Amino acid sequence: MDTLALSRLQFALTAMFHFIFVPLTLGLGWLTAWFETRYALTGDGRWLSLTRFWGKLFLINFALGVVTGITMEFQFGMNWAEYAKYVGDIFGAPLAIEATAAFFLESTFIGVWVFGWERLSKKAHAAAMWIVAFATNMSALWILLANGWMQRPVGYVLRGGRAEMVDFAALLTNPYGWLEFFHTVFAGWVIAGFFVMGVSAWHLLRRNQEDLFKKSFGAGAVFALASSLLVAGVGDLSGVNAAKNQPAKFAAMESVWETRTAAPMALLTIPRLNGEGNAVEALKVPYALSLLAFHSPFAEVKGLSDFLPADRPPVLPVFLSFRTMVALGGLFILLSGAGVWLWRKDQLQNYPFYLKAMVLAIPLPYIAIQLGWIVTEMGRQPWAVYGLMRTAEGVTKTVSTGQVWMSLIGFTLFYSALGIVDIWLLAKYAKKGMEA
Amino acid sequence: MDYAKLWFVFWAVLWSGYFALDGFDLGVGFSGWLAAEGEEERKNVFSSIGPFWDGNEVWLITAGGATFAAFPAVYACLFSWLYPALFLILFALIARGVSLEFRGKLQSPGWQSFWARTAAVSSFLAALLFGVAFGNLFRGLEIGADGYSGTFFGLLNPYALLTGLLFCAFFFFHGQLWLSFKTAGPVAARAGRLAAKSWYALALLLAVFLAASWLHTGLSGNFIVRRSLLALPLGLVVALAAAKLLLARGLPGKAFLASFVSIALFSLTGFAGLYPALLASRLDPAFSLTVYNSSSSPYTLKLMAAVVLVFLPVAIGYQVWVYRLFRTPLSAGELKKSGLY
Repeated sequence: MDTLALSRLQFALTAMFHFIFVPLTLGLGWLTAWFETRYALTGDGRWLSLTRFWGKLFLINFALGVVTGITMEFQFGMNWAEYAKYVGDIFGAPLAIEATAAFFLESTFIGVWVFGWERLSKKAHAAAMWIVAFATNMSALWILLANGWMQRPVGYVLRGGRAEMVDFAALLTNPYGWLEFFHTVFAGWVIAGFFVMGVSAWHLLRRNQEDLFKKSFGAGAVFALASSLLVAGVGDLSGVNAAKNQPAKFAAMESVWETRTAAPMALLTIPRLNGEGNAVEALKVPYALSLLAFHSPFAEVKGLSDFLPADRPPVLPVFLSFRTMVALGGLFILLSGAGVWLWRKDQLQNYPFYLKAMVLAIPLPYIAIQLGWIVTEMGRQPWAVYGLMRTAEGVTKTVSTGQVWMSLIGFTLFYSALGIVDIWLLAKYAKKGMEA
Repeated sequence: MDYAKLWFVFWAVLWSGYFALDGFDLGVGFSGWLAAEGEEERKNVFSSIGPFWDGNEVWLITAGGATFAAFPAVYACLFSWLYPALFLILFALIARGVSLEFRGKLQSPGWQSFWARTAAVSSFLAALLFGVAFGNLFRGLEIGADGYSGTFFGLLNPYALLTGLLFCAFFFFHGQLWLSFKTAGPVAARAGRLAAKSWYALALLLAVFLAASWLHTGLSGNFIVRRSLLALPLGLVVALAAAKLLLARGLPGKAFLASFVSIALFSLTGFAGLYPALLASRLDPAFSLTVYNSSSSPYTLKLMAAVVLVFLPVAIGYQVWVYRLFRTPLSAGELKKSGLY
């Protein structure tokens, strides 16, 4: 493999690893803050038990999210120096703003929350968690505005051999970035909801602290259902957005080869392995693809044949990831909807099969969110910045393959060890149950 | 107004702030165990930096992000040219972070000592590597017409290693001073004595560093042309002397502030010597990356200056508030409640 392939692999691995830990914190922060606020307002110790239990799991998870984030920042300079030089003028800004405006807040107040139990009033202590939750989600906003710029570059001119920012407002209001933000953040909330439901279900199956775990199951279920519906809604808009701004990505997501108006959608599609056309297209729903792409039955949908092979993203992984993600998204609505219903009827313990399924369902939203990023990032290929800079042009020229091999192997081993320890700790603390 | 010059100042201030802040928790990380005897005392050593280290590390993220936004070419060149060094720094910082988080999660002695050792080794490596990296920046890199021609082992030259040791000495002193007023009883007493002893080594290393910088690097030029800049190294010497005197008078908190100022002035002295270069070439200044040839557009610099001027004072404000909130050591009950120790 050359430096390009190795650097891409390293970026993908470190980003995916980072994103095992970050999304849970996006949602679990809000839930923990909510539990603590109930405690601060009512003085009911059960809410305190919930706060401390879920807060601990939040922290174990948070630790790895933070430290693996530094790697993401450094890699733009280390492995993607040409990219950093070419777009740093505009792309660097949201990253620097993220650190200054959001990350400071989150890292400072997490310390206040962890150690400040006896130094702050109940309400002020709960406020610290609200600040952490808010700042975590704000971090996501700036990072995704940066990513949104790579998907749909705006507000720049090419000058002096690089992309220079001329309109910050355009970057700030880039719809691509905002859609990614809402889709990602809501997906993170789904993860948190399913995590809370799954862990609670595990305890309910064993009849541990049933009163407490029913409370958290209910909160998780309502949160997960609302977030699953939101994520699907934003997902629909994101599809239209992709069709409009990145037709090659949209075509790969659906494995569409021929450009046509009033395009039908083939429910059963099997792409050819050689990357040219589909082996099977069956169960066509008339107009469905045009509706999905542009919310209009007669709209023209571009096919991959319209693009030179060098300008097409890898179809098979994008297509499979997209279909699987959508199917999982539907499943999340059903599972969390059932959870809300059973919880409200106080019937959870009468459906052990459902509870077992919910324990097993914990990893599913994690898989869905990773698949979503495969669609977004692989679907953008061969571009680093869509239409502006190819990924191959962005890689560092001065680093040797040996150096990248070394760092890639180093990261793989080191991250694997950290991941195992962290997940083991999470499981241990999750099984331990709540303090009385 | 020349925003590129203003940004050079921000750049220098962010890195100086990072070293002066993270310096003490890295120092506690690699040398705190010297002041502690027994499990209980080691716990207090770690808990003294518990509420702060994460917020301090954000100064690094911000310094990095600001370099990216304001001097993209510097960011790209620095990080890719020093690839193996940066990679090691990353590993050290990650290992440091997780060891502080994981250490108290299990009450088994083997587990705790493993992570305490990891914290010590990784904190030391981070301090040393930052010193070596900035030593090379101060010395100048082999930048020619075709870019960088240095090697990884070339980075380990005597001047850079000296700077690495100097960083370690600074952080050792800084960390021990922190412990001497942020812990109670025997730990504080031992830390005070360690700080007092290590001061001599620090002063000696600093003297050698200043002499070597004067003789063997291009840092001296700016100070000869503009004598008012000499206030920075003079202030550094005064602050460091004050730290020693205040410690001897039994005022370790004030001594810590003096050491904080000395680290900041030390970094600023180096940056003042580098100006206008951010990455100086030791082959020919024409190849240096400077505020003139490697900054972002005026539009970006102006916008980012506004961001920094609004958000950084706010961040400093709440960080100061946190330092005040936790000015007294955490009690045993608080430690238990944190779930971390």
